[in-house]
Amino acid sequence: MSLMDDYNFAYLDEQTKRMIRRAILKGLAVPGYQVPFASREMPMPYGWGTGGVQVSAATLTPDDTLKVIDQGADDTTNAVSIRKFFERTAGVATTEETTEASIIQTRHRIPEVDLTEDQVLVYQVPIPEPLRFLEPRETETRKMHSLEEYGLMHVKLYEDISRHGNISTAFAYPVMVNDRYVMDPSPIPKFDNPKMEMAAIQLFGAGREQRIYAVPPWTKVVSLDFEDYPFEASKADHSCELCGSDSSYLDEVILDDAGNRMFVCSDTDYCRSRREAGHQGRLAGETV
Amino acid sequence: MYVAVKGGERAIDNAHAWLAEERRGDLSVAEMSIAQIREQLSLAVNRVMAEGSLYDPDLAALAIKQSRGDLIEAIFLIRAYRTTLPRFGATVPVETGEMRCDRRISATFKEAPGGQVLGPTFDYTHRLLDFKLAAEGEPATAPQSEGRTDPTPHITGFLQGEDLIQTEPRDETEPRDITRQPMSYPADRATRAQALARGDEGFVLSLAYSTQRGYAKNHAFVGELRIGLVDVEMEIPELGFSIDIGEVQLTECETVNQFAGSKTEPPQFTRGYGLVFGQTERKAISMALVDRALRWEELGEDFKGAPAQDEEFVLSHCDNIQATGFLEHIKLPHYVDFQSELELVRKMRREAADNAAAQEAAQ
Amino acid sequence: MTPLLQVRDVSKLYGGRIGCGDVSFDLYPGEVMGIVGESGSGKSTLLNCLAGHLVPDSGQVIFDTRADGPVDTVTMSEPARRMLGRTDWAFVHQHAREGLRMGVSAGGNIGERLMAVGGRHYGNIRASAQDWLGRVEIDADRIDDRPSHFSGGMQQRLQIARNLVTGPRLVFMDEPTGGLDVSVQARLLDLLRGLVREMGLSALIVTHDLAVVRLLADRLMVMKDGHVVESGLTDQVLDDPQHAYTQLLVSSVLQV
Repeated sequence: MSLMDDYNFAYLDEQTKRMIRRAILKGLAVPGYQVPFASREMPMPYGWGTGGVQVSAATLTPDDTLKVIDQGADDTTNAVSIRKFFERTAGVATTEETTEASIIQTRHRIPEVDLTEDQVLVYQVPIPEPLRFLEPRETETRKMHSLEEYGLMHVKLYEDISRHGNISTAFAYPVMVNDRYVMDPSPIPKFDNPKMEMAAIQLFGAGREQRIYAVPPWTKVVSLDFEDYPFEASKADHSCELCGSDSSYLDEVILDDAGNRMFVCSDTDYCRSRREAGHQGRLAGETV
Repeated sequence: MYVAVKGGERAIDNAHAWLAEERRGDLSVAEMSIAQIREQLSLAVNRVMAEGSLYDPDLAALAIKQSRGDLIEAIFLIRAYRTTLPRFGATVPVETGEMRCDRRISATFKEAPGGQVLGPTFDYTHRLLDFKLAAEGEPATAPQSEGRTDPTPHITGFLQGEDLIQTEPRDETEPRDITRQPMSYPADRATRAQALARGDEGFVLSLAYSTQRGYAKNHAFVGELRIGLVDVEMEIPELGFSIDIGEVQLTECETVNQFAGSKTEPPQFTRGYGLVFGQTERKAISMALVDRALRWEELGEDFKGAPAQDEEFVLSHCDNIQATGFLEHIKLPHYVDFQSELELVRKMRREAADNAAAQEAAQ
Repeated sequence: MTPLLQVRDVSKLYGGRIGCGDVSFDLYPGEVMGIVGESGSGKSTLLNCLAGHLVPDSGQVIFDTRADGPVDTVTMSEPARRMLGRTDWAFVHQHAREGLRMGVSAGGNIGERLMAVGGRHYGNIRASAQDWLGRVEIDADRIDDRPSHFSGGMQQRLQIARNLVTGPRLVFMDEPTGGLDVSVQARLLDLLRGLVREMGLSALIVTHDLAVVRLLADRLMVMKDGHVVESGLTDQVLDDPQHAYTQLLVSSVLQV
């Protein structure tokens, strides 16, 4: 069944898309700055990617090829649901191959292969404000951003180290963008942070919180840290047991009641393409 | 060989099919019609229209049927539908003084022009389960009288005549449409009213209750509560005048609150205001109390740190569609984030163990 | 010598009531000025106007900045004023809770100003925090404890350390010994006197306690109903008060 006759291309009306595009352009002009936008009520719940969906809808053209991932995988339920939404409302081509996609909507991951200047990466963002858990008030945090008062952010990191000996933020690890704005990279694992200085355009949509922000290609993105406790992009100390990759981010899978586990690539397309190219991990070809 | 969990798409399709079956329930029981819901569950319909911000009883009834009676889910369906509708323009402000009241009561005056009209209220029913309703049968018809033809004046108008209640300044600026512009703080009263009118009944009720129990206490009298129909008019630029395009049922509540006054200004009562689609009086009264509590700054009162006084807290949490979406999203997979925390905790435990071992070795 | 702070005709009204009216004075580097008066005399209003917490209705508060020399802080941009607030200025609140982050460790409290001005070396920040804990006589092993577990006197000393760690040139203090036991007050005053001398600080101290100014202040202003009724060298004012209100203040202390 197609919804394309009942709704405008990519669901949103043209006026709404123009409003979102203006917010995106403003975001690109001021990297890392959270642009308020009149987020619409989408036919999926807030918190389930409405911000990313609106940004994708305003960015898509009929010639685009869309890929949707959640936790790095194309076949997780919410990724399936969002991909289906655009298949029905925009009729665009979809793909699971990272290199084939012109627009990639993601939740919680950056693909393993380097993205190119022809690609746009759209992040779903739950809480866009990196200072929110230090200061709940929007009126205050906006002031802190406008005056570049970010001391409190480092106080948090200081407290982490004094208590745990480490900076205890493992995901949604705050970054400084273009030497100006402290930004929440969305809840990607900190392993992905260094990839953010990339060739593709990165757009961030927070539907419920009504904010859009952006990182233009090759913009400086620095993970906050201390000189003597430098940022570390860590991952599980294993290699993928299917494709053998020792540089990709891994999911840990519990195999049996005895607690045996295995590690596999979180980026399902990356893992598949490596296996197709003949790479093999420890358990490839075995029945587990 | 190990295969990652696949088949998300088929799982979703199957879940939807099962949901449709469950929605219908036992096939030997007659299916409910939209008209039945609209007529017999009208207060649920009213709530869905109010919090869905769309006045359409049939669509609200459809949403209730589709959502299996989960009203927040029904409100969500209406909201998502409403977003896609084109906007033709705005109506002229409705004149609640001209309301054809089904119900109109005042707690501040025993009698007043327009009278005390109880209307179809639960207020004085004894809450005893009526087992007759379990059987089928027509109810006794209610006695009728001639309706009032004159408009029913607002109670607060009588207070205003004597300058006993604060006159609300007339504001000709076009109010912000919170469904078309992002919220920003501080918000003006019109914006607050919009957010509260579509806010969750339970949330607004609890906040209002908290003000009664002393969190930003400001004793409120229900100056007036009225429910009835008002005409909706729209100006047609081509005609140069406004025409009736229909009527809507509204509930309006004005509370009369303790006076503000200072050395320079004589004491005056102040008011809180609530206006909601449909017969929704619990919500309208709650809204009036919260509206009044939020006005502390404008009326020169102290901020007592009460939740109901805190505009950013109230407005950013009153929307049940935002709240339920974000709350329920934690059901989605988070294993990438969890994995990164898992690694960090393991690393820190390893370091702690190494430190302990090193200390032991040193001793 | 250029005064560190030049206050010119500062007034602040609350509705029709005068908070403080037409206050003018100069404060020179290394000088400590006491502002005394009973509650409601306008001394706290004045202090808050000078420190940028309140905007005066009229008047100038000219601070001799390191970079640009004397600048009126009332008309200066908010970012610049807030920058002063975390570098060259310090503010010690009467209630330590208002001046501390109660949910952050003592070390984090002291380190915050260092990090706010760009400190990015954990080890150095921690070493400064440790050093300052020592200077305000708090055990170094309390560095990771939160101030909520500290006594009132310790909290106040921690607040002082947190303020002085960036080497400010001007310290505003609002009843720094208020609400503390007498013996705790004496220790705090001793500490403050030592720090002021050692660091060559300039300070404005608001208090109703003449013993505090006797010990700390070089000069004194007496305020009543929002106006300065008498000012001069501390000893002079306290030993030979000219204004009837000052005489009353001094005698009421002596009677105690």
